[in-house]
Amino acid sequence: MFTASLEKIGGITIRLFKSCGRLFLFFIRGFINAFILPIQFNKIIDQTWFIGAKSFFVIVLTAVFTGMVLGLQGYYSLAKFGSEAGLGAAVAMTLVRELGPVLTAIMVTARAGSAMAAEIGVMRVSEQIDALKTMHINPVRFLFTPRLIASVISLPLLTALFIVVGILGGYLSGSILLGINQYDYMDAVIKSVDIEDINGGFSKSFVFSVVVTTICCYRGYYTHLSSGFGARGVSLSTTNAVVQSCIFILIFDYIITFFLV
Amino acid sequence: MTAPLIQFVNLKKSFETQEVLKGIHLSIYSKEITAIIGKSGTGKSVLLKHIIGLIHPDSGEILINGEPVHLLSRGKIKAFQKELSYMFQDNALFDSMTIYENIALPLVENKYYKKNKIRDKVMDHIKELGLMGSEKKFPAQLSGGMKKRVALARALVTDPKVVLFDEPTTGLDPIRKKNVHTMIKEYQEKFEFTAVIVSHDIPDILNISQRIAMLDEGIIQFEGSKQDVLDSQSTIVNAFIRGEEALAKK
Amino acid sequence: MNKRRIEFYVGLFVVLGLVCTIYIFVVLGEIDFIRDTRYPVYGFFTSVSGLKKGARVEMAGVEIGVVSNVMIDKERLLAKVELSINKNMTLSEDVIASVKTSGIIGQKYIDIAPGGSDVMLEPGQEIFNTESSLDIESLVRKFIFNTDKKSP
Repeated sequence: MFTASLEKIGGITIRLFKSCGRLFLFFIRGFINAFILPIQFNKIIDQTWFIGAKSFFVIVLTAVFTGMVLGLQGYYSLAKFGSEAGLGAAVAMTLVRELGPVLTAIMVTARAGSAMAAEIGVMRVSEQIDALKTMHINPVRFLFTPRLIASVISLPLLTALFIVVGILGGYLSGSILLGINQYDYMDAVIKSVDIEDINGGFSKSFVFSVVVTTICCYRGYYTHLSSGFGARGVSLSTTNAVVQSCIFILIFDYIITFFLV
Repeated sequence: MTAPLIQFVNLKKSFETQEVLKGIHLSIYSKEITAIIGKSGTGKSVLLKHIIGLIHPDSGEILINGEPVHLLSRGKIKAFQKELSYMFQDNALFDSMTIYENIALPLVENKYYKKNKIRDKVMDHIKELGLMGSEKKFPAQLSGGMKKRVALARALVTDPKVVLFDEPTTGLDPIRKKNVHTMIKEYQEKFEFTAVIVSHDIPDILNISQRIAMLDEGIIQFEGSKQDVLDSQSTIVNAFIRGEEALAKK
Repeated sequence: MNKRRIEFYVGLFVVLGLVCTIYIFVVLGEIDFIRDTRYPVYGFFTSVSGLKKGARVEMAGVEIGVVSNVMIDKERLLAKVELSINKNMTLSEDVIASVKTSGIIGQKYIDIAPGGSDVMLEPGQEIFNTESSLDIESLVRKFIFNTDKKSP
């Protein structure tokens, strides 16, 4: 009984370390291939279209409503202290430092990350990845690297979009609905945000882009090792990819915030 | 006879607890068609994947031109593998690409030729395999037989010296089966490549291959020419051949 | 989708994203591309409790600059505040800089009362007359213990 449970703990630990190592090596392989010529322009453009451009409207929609909710909530909290004029500061700081990078990364995970895991997973179970190998095409370079580069380009841009649209959303609910002086609002927005906050927000979105793409592609690529073959394997690795991406976004969010403050 | 191009010596491979290959001895000669026959699930595909390096053996040796693989330099192995091509059992076509892109992919990615040359080459293969008009379609829009032909085109477009076919005729009707077999034979004679075909199409496969090996219970039960197969006294070989023939006649 | 269309949308997306990024950095982050719109002067205070980088510098209630740095002077053990004053605004050497509060719990800012001297402050020079931030606690204490003097 005792040895059995020890064995179980040991087995879980070994598997955990193995998959961590594999994940890290997978990332390194993709990263190194980003610098090996020729640069895969066409694939990067296709992936930027899929990850970035197609996420445009989802991000705008999410950002408007997030900004509006922040405006409403902030207004009622600040009104208790009689400092409604600071609403812009509250909205802008929250968006730049926290919600912009995090929500963008989570939306991109939901939209593009799941698709990456599923697509690469299907390629794995239908032997398309093996077929690439038989054609002497490096599958990591072919599948992972363009997605990694496209994410690193797209996510910060989407985050910037999210922040700007979110501030606009706060303006909609704060100034137009609740009647805060619009100059006060914009003044507070501009005054409150420092260059350090902006750098912090963008470093977060860079890290998230790497984390999300690596985890999602890794899950798809190693579907056969972790989730088994067939449609069930693909569905399982897609679910795992999304859940683990979201968890790691929040973990890294904490770590980065901890070091930035 | 010259030294075999590829030779397996006492090759063993297990997956988890199941031992699939229990000591394979097999020789494949240059510019011949070698057929590997046997029941489903006996590890024929596994054996084939060893040749192209998708699976590595637990123990035993693969010799290339008489030299053990583990003694060859990486460059030599790469050079040998560049001359191989593999046709997958389920085609493994890239479903996000058009037929044209699928066939052109190995050439485009490895930059074997200039753009115009690639285009000509791919169009030649599309014409020869009767795929005209579907080069802009996606694999999901094609019938099973057409997908097979696309896979065949993709395997042949690099002018390989060795082509490995993993059940090229499964899921086809008897006429298309015959077609694929004749196609393989024709191409093999035309381009003089070495072919290894995993199949259980008895007797069709016997007619196009120079050498036949039968895999059962993890070992090669029999190796020889068509006549050797028919003359064989082995009960396993006979059971397999007769069984298949009996089914085919019905 | 057509290849040209994909490229068009990717281009559009990248341009819009970059516009937003630049907006955030320039307008919100207040990066000055033209560096020399402001010049620094320094002020020493016994306490600047609550004053933060980026706070307003006002004269007669109009913003004339920002607090660009707050640090401690290790020799004099005073707070050293770097004020960035707009280029078009010149200050005479006897101005009085004081830390003030907008509203009762509002943000701290620096108010500069104009002086009468003809000698103007050069960039990098020090404002001699400073008033530190109001310490409400000590103010209240003073008020309580001094009541007998003030009563008639």
